[in-house]
Amino acid sequence: MDKYQAAFDAIIEKDDRVEPRDWMPDDYRNNLIRQISQHAHSEVIGMQPEGNWLLRAPSLRSKQVLLAKIQDEGGHGLYLYSVAETLGVSREEMIDQLHEGKAKYSSIFNYPALNWADIGAIGWLVDGAAIVNQVSLQRTSYGPYSRGMIRICKEESFHQRQGYEIMLHMAKGTPEQKEMAQDALNRFWFPSLMMFGPHDADSAHSSKAMQWKIKRESNDTLRQKFIDKTVPQAEFLGLTVPDPNCKWNEETGHYDHSPFDWDEFWAVVNGNGPCNKERLDHHKKAHNDNAWVREAAVAYAKKTESTLV
Amino acid sequence: MESGDKVWEVFIQKKSGLPFKHAGSVHAYDKKMAIQNARDSYTRRGEGRALWVVPAEAIISVPLDEADAYFNPSEDKIYRHPTFYDIPDGVENL
Repeated sequence: MDKYQAAFDAIIEKDDRVEPRDWMPDDYRNNLIRQISQHAHSEVIGMQPEGNWLLRAPSLRSKQVLLAKIQDEGGHGLYLYSVAETLGVSREEMIDQLHEGKAKYSSIFNYPALNWADIGAIGWLVDGAAIVNQVSLQRTSYGPYSRGMIRICKEESFHQRQGYEIMLHMAKGTPEQKEMAQDALNRFWFPSLMMFGPHDADSAHSSKAMQWKIKRESNDTLRQKFIDKTVPQAEFLGLTVPDPNCKWNEETGHYDHSPFDWDEFWAVVNGNGPCNKERLDHHKKAHNDNAWVREAAVAYAKKTESTLV
Repeated sequence: MESGDKVWEVFIQKKSGLPFKHAGSVHAYDKKMAIQNARDSYTRRGEGRALWVVPAEAIISVPLDEADAYFNPSEDKIYRHPTFYDIPDGVENL
């Protein structure tokens, strides 16, 4: 084994962090680029279902909060693109890969946000699932990714709370509002659970990523953590998780769940979800329609090169 | 990368008197945009009272595989540390 590989292995073994200028195996680098770019694209595409409700938020307070949340998501996308760039890929390349369908984003954002209760369910369940995953990634072996996750987790703690607050208002509101809250939970429950990815046995990228400590806990472990946290929160709302098998299991000390509909999961991953085309078309359109802004910025930069600030 | 779009490294000073600390990077076309993007990305919750942005290409670093050779010479110069010197008991304020 050469000395570079040995140095890398020692970093992983000791739970130290790999830094951008350290030698790393190509597979490690590529695995990180794939995962971090997917993560970045998810933050950015995730602005769309929520942005759809900005102008229809039911109060000024909720509009302000939603705007702040969406701004955070955009910011988190930018942090993550920066992290990926330390690995030698440019943001432009990543966006090209997204537009060409070579890079993915989380499938959950291919579901529509049909009404205001969905905004509650997204904050509570989708951000909730993302937070469970990101808390675990704070200990990832790649230094810039780890630091990015720490910052993102700190900022995101309000996202889940604002979603739960919406659910609480609706669940304790009129019978129609409660019904909307239940309906949103029904639609978002399984897609949120499937955000953690395939079962450990079927996960193509998992075992290497675990060996390298890019991922610290397996898909199924994280999913179970999320279920165990969330079911009591649903009970508090007086809502029912849409799974008759979701019961506390004394023996395992966890909640059970029914098998997932992986056919639907893969259909959405492979482009056949309700909004896949819309999301990507919107991103491309915004990128292309705003080309003139980039051109103007180049011209302005040339003009102001010699100024102090 | 598109022409004109550069990466800038961002440094934040949390409080007056503290050192500036590296926070991450942003993309921008000019200095003003860089500092505004840095503010919007890294100081949305009062993380700073001052900001620096530096074109990423302006940062020069010691290659890590040569780092040993760069930093080792400081290790054998223990006389640079105050604990190297014997001062008898009873001598104060030294």
